Amino acid sequence: MANPFMKWPLLRQIFQGGDARGFDAMSEATRNLRPKNDGAEVSRSVCPYCAVGCGQLVFHQDGKLISIEGDPESPISRGHLCPKGAASYELLTHPQRAKQVLYRAPRAKSWTQMDLDTAMDMVAERVWESRERTFVEEQDGQPVMHTKAIAHLGGATLDNEENYLIKKLFAAGLGMVCISNQARI
Amino acid sequence: MPGLGTSFGRGGATTAQQDLANADAILIMGSSMAENHPVGFQWVMEARKRGATIIHVDPRFSRTSAMADIWVPLRAGSDIVLLGALIRYVLENQKDFREYVLHYTDAPVLLRDDFRDTEDLGGVFSGWDEQEKAYDPTTWAYRGAPVVQKGVGNSRAGGHAKDRGGEQSRENVYERDLTLQNPRCVYQVLRRHFSRYTPELVEEACGISKDVFYKIAEAFCSASGPEKTAAICYAVGWTQHSKGVQIIRAAAILQLLLGNVGRPGGGILALRGHASIQGSTDIPTLYDILPGYLPMPFFGSDGQSLEKYIEAHKTESGWWNNFDKYAVSLLKAYYGDAATPQNDFGFDWLPRVTGDHSHIGYWLDMADGKMEGLFVMGQNPAVGAPNSGLERRALAKLKWLVVRDMVETETASFWYDSPEVHGGEMRPETIDTEVFFFPGAGHAEKDGCFTNTQRLNQFHEKAVDPPGDARSETWFMYHLGRRLKERAARDARPRNAGLNALNWDYPAEGAIREPVVEEVLKEINGYTVADRKQVAGYRDLKADGSTACGCWIYSGIFPNTNENRARKREAKDALGHGWGWAWPSDRRILYNRASARPDGSPWSERKKLVWWDQEKQQWTGYDVPDFTITKAPDYEPPEGAKGDDALAGDKPFIMHPDGFGWIWVASGLKDGPLPTHYEPLEAPITNILYPEHPSDPAASKLEREGNEYARTADPDFPYVVTTYRLTEHHTAGGMSRYLSHLAELQPEFFCEMSPELAEEIGVEQGSWVTVSTARASIEARAQISTRMKPLRINGKTLHQVGLPYHWGYKGLVKGDSANDLVALSEEPNVRIMESKTLLCNVRPSRSSNGSRRITESSGEAQRSI
Repeated sequence: MANPFMKWPLLRQIFQGGDARGFDAMSEATRNLRPKNDGAEVSRSVCPYCAVGCGQLVFHQDGKLISIEGDPESPISRGHLCPKGAASYELLTHPQRAKQVLYRAPRAKSWTQMDLDTAMDMVAERVWESRERTFVEEQDGQPVMHTKAIAHLGGATLDNEENYLIKKLFAAGLGMVCISNQARI
Repeated sequence: MPGLGTSFGRGGATTAQQDLANADAILIMGSSMAENHPVGFQWVMEARKRGATIIHVDPRFSRTSAMADIWVPLRAGSDIVLLGALIRYVLENQKDFREYVLHYTDAPVLLRDDFRDTEDLGGVFSGWDEQEKAYDPTTWAYRGAPVVQKGVGNSRAGGHAKDRGGEQSRENVYERDLTLQNPRCVYQVLRRHFSRYTPELVEEACGISKDVFYKIAEAFCSASGPEKTAAICYAVGWTQHSKGVQIIRAAAILQLLLGNVGRPGGGILALRGHASIQGSTDIPTLYDILPGYLPMPFFGSDGQSLEKYIEAHKTESGWWNNFDKYAVSLLKAYYGDAATPQNDFGFDWLPRVTGDHSHIGYWLDMADGKMEGLFVMGQNPAVGAPNSGLERRALAKLKWLVVRDMVETETASFWYDSPEVHGGEMRPETIDTEVFFFPGAGHAEKDGCFTNTQRLNQFHEKAVDPPGDARSETWFMYHLGRRLKERAARDARPRNAGLNALNWDYPAEGAIREPVVEEVLKEINGYTVADRKQVAGYRDLKADGSTACGCWIYSGIFPNTNENRARKREAKDALGHGWGWAWPSDRRILYNRASARPDGSPWSERKKLVWWDQEKQQWTGYDVPDFTITKAPDYEPPEGAKGDDALAGDKPFIMHPDGFGWIWVASGLKDGPLPTHYEPLEAPITNILYPEHPSDPAASKLEREGNEYARTADPDFPYVVTTYRLTEHHTAGGMSRYLSHLAELQPEFFCEMSPELAEEIGVEQGSWVTVSTARASIEARAQISTRMKPLRINGKTLHQVGLPYHWGYKGLVKGDSANDLVALSEEPNVRIMESKTLLCNVRPSRSSNGSRRITESSGEAQRSI
């Protein structure tokens, strides 16, 4: 638009026609507005709440989440999300989201922050020691190969691949039998 | 899932949510689908638009009831009376789909002469051992079937493996009476078993009038036959009972009689509450099964050797004849090259089950100080578990606790923020538990797949990195395993043999060394060992160690190097083929051979799904046939045939050794071959049918200090309480109470009650009430509405109240936890607690702050508030 006077909606209406509504009535600032996910990358995703399995589109750019919306192509959800699914962006970005490892020593009254690697080393050490103290290799000449003193709980909110590794390491590797999750019937 | 597993052969929903649109009637019971699966509920609305009748049976009027044609309130825990009466209605009025029943179910099969029914023995079946509190199922077998060894292992433990569909009748041996007149045939035994489940009994026990009963019976049962089908949807309103599996069994019997299984618009849709709850039993984080519903080996029985293990579980006929292929391929996936024929493929490295190692089972050990460590990943038992007060106290007896979640949950903070600490019962200074809290990654921060409620695997792609030190469970497990394997490598004792052999070389990438998730999925799919080439499906698996497969029922999900079918997003038809991948073999409606007549032609044009193409000599249709594609409808197995070849061309339930849908479950269930009405563990009335056996005799009450029970018709606890969920919150709140919009939409814990009860106890809308059970007391705001109705039960008025269970002591909105009230109890098959019906009292007052359990050390409950 070469002529700066032509930015005025009134002049535009007079000289360029139109019905003076919608696009014609917009200021340049309004006309330049773009959806927040314009130009963003899209990942195909699935709602993490219930088991309906609604399709989600996760919009992100430069490593940052922009928004999460229902996937209109999903043959199950046809673009819909319920109040929980519609809140999934906040699920990932809310201020109470934990980002650091916390450690509480026996009898301590408060948490302390801990380095991730240190915590991993300490947990591995605890597992090893408890397993050493409680492992039963055999009884009456038959294999037992388990420890009943270390347990696991959880899985219905996790991915299949994660559950696979949990069962593989904990049961087939370490001999833990006390493994359970939310699923029953 | 043994309810579905034993009835049909697989422990999963038989149908897809979209297929509900094809139903002519839908019974929703034990679920408030519109509230808890709102987006899935659109398919119920589609059906209604097309003329289907929607029936909602629930103690509470909810959004689901509002959209239903008929809402029927019933007394919580009386479900089998109503379903049994529907079964009786079908039988007495000859409403069964006779051709389907004759050919596709075990209704004509003759039973042994020494079987005795609950009607003969006052509430137990033959084989009951009062001392052991367990059944010997020998007399439940088909007449003439060879008696197989008794149930494997500890009779009180295990159960999920029965999702395979039973263990005892391993051979295709039976006698049938196709006239259904023989008094020992399943059909006639069933008739006698349910003969007293009359509309009058429904009125007395459920609080449903005869008129209303006939209305729902006619609406549901008239919507079946060649031209019509009806579906049933349920959720934890059926499962969380001391007889939950048998409630689902009753629904399965009804659907088999009406010919509604394997057909469009029919089936049973189990509505699961977590994104991958189906996946977490398919690839289980459970104690009694391995991936693909292979049982965990039990000490002293099938765990003696690989040979015994295979012998105990490989059937002569039916699909489980392939058991050895799946078991050996799993061992190869676990132990890699170290698994050889000489060492039984590492079978002896697998831990043996020696008892009930389920959540409730081991938690009691924890409470008794017998456990050392606990990992909690994405679950919040301090709020979500039954008798959560007892569970929180048990956490204080651990040496160490690891919690992984996206927020600091109540479970992570029990040691400084629980009601027990605020009430002075526990003090941080005396709690020895060392606690590690690890922040978890969210679904958009990692690759992976969820299995939804209809067995559909959908991959979710990583969009961004998790914040700070937040990591996926894949990362955590991989790097923990790496550390432990490094340590075991220097220590060759037998206990470390499995750990040393464990195949754990997943490639890791990026700055945080995240394992490549699709490599794990490829292992789950399976591959040939020699060239590491993925197999196309489970038909390619071998028992000689030449193939590896992490979960045989998922085999086919990643059939080629670059083809992850869970990632597909091109839906081609109404059932969604081309969008994700459903186990097994992308079949969207299971047992769909039953959608055709015995001769292979569709029952009707309207209900066409899969049929036999005479010209091409194969099965074809709108779904992947759940059948060997070239097996003709008139195929008769030759003498000596094994496995699938031993099943005739008109036997749709291919997982079962006889190919039938099981109205009668000869083995595989711990509390009977047929469902029977028992009262809940806490009941307002005695069992009208069997006064000698008020509750399921095989269920465990686990009575102990801190887990006390009210007496039957206890005057101190005159009301029934049931728990439920709200649309705006998710389970124990870790994914919803921290979110501002959801917290604002449902800010406060409440107790829903009828105006009649409110008047009786003198409370007003919004005022505080104390709800107490024999275990605990909690406080809530009174929510008074006609959504709750007093019922007339056995001649007396009975009030029921409802509690949503989402609140705890962390998050943006806080409140007492309804699960503090629930008893730790165990259903006999899957060890689920009974949370959907308890006895309580409701008083107009606030409970004292802090520790709300009012039990003194003597174990005597003080019932004053």
